[in-house]
Amino acid sequence: MTLRKYLVLAGVTVFAAAGDSMLSHGMKQTGNISLHHLQGVIFAVLNPWVAVGIVLLLAFFASYMNALSWADLTYVLPATSLGYVLLALVARFVLHEQVSPLRWLGIALISGGVGFVAGGPALTSHAPHENVEAGETVVSAVASGVDR
Amino acid sequence: MKSLYTWCGILVIVLASVVGDVLLARAMKQVGDVHDVWRRSGLWTVIGRTLGNSNFFLGVTAMAVAFFSLLFSLSWGDVSLVAPAAASLTFIGNAFAAKIFLHEKVDRRRWIAAMLVAAGVALLAG
Repeated sequence: MTLRKYLVLAGVTVFAAAGDSMLSHGMKQTGNISLHHLQGVIFAVLNPWVAVGIVLLLAFFASYMNALSWADLTYVLPATSLGYVLLALVARFVLHEQVSPLRWLGIALISGGVGFVAGGPALTSHAPHENVEAGETVVSAVASGVDR
Repeated sequence: MKSLYTWCGILVIVLASVVGDVLLARAMKQVGDVHDVWRRSGLWTVIGRTLGNSNFFLGVTAMAVAFFSLLFSLSWGDVSLVAPAAASLTFIGNAFAAKIFLHEKVDRRRWIAAMLVAAGVALLAG
């Protein structure tokens, strides 16, 4: 793993979190969309919060595609979940909202999960001959060989 | 009735997301490491190869279905239920799908990670 790859994963995390929160803020202003009033979707997209949210989600998509080109899906996905942790930390330390003990437990579980994956190899799908322990070393070596 | 709608919406989001993620992951593996391709042949080659990939096209379509299902579901249900429930179930679904369709080595480490993340995301909703 290189700095560039960590930055791409950070982009996946931050853009997803920021985009989702802007989208949900905007959709609350827009109100209900029903199947009978599909034009509501167009009004929703014209809402500035929704529009900025969509731009951020496009940035997320570009970083996500970049990450998927050199890492497994099951390696990249936990990185997106760190966005929820980020949102909770922003709520607590920037917005000074109350974060319940259950949420702190959620943050701990997600961080633990990400730690589990981050300790392993980024790419396994192109390594058919391997056993669990030795295989990880081989794949890590191959992966770091690819790094520049 | 409203909660039935909400859960149907969540199911559609999860299915579409998993299909989309698997297709996009497959497409990007076919494109190759973006950084390497970019350095060797330029950005336009990266963009052309990505946009010309049929898995990418199908994946984006599935993601669009997931996105609009999310928009609809958010207007029916609470964001604090829909977003984490869909995200949480998508992690589990993706671990299965990545193993079956992408032949990723989803070992114990990654199963535990998928479970922890899914549980954590669900708890953050509480």
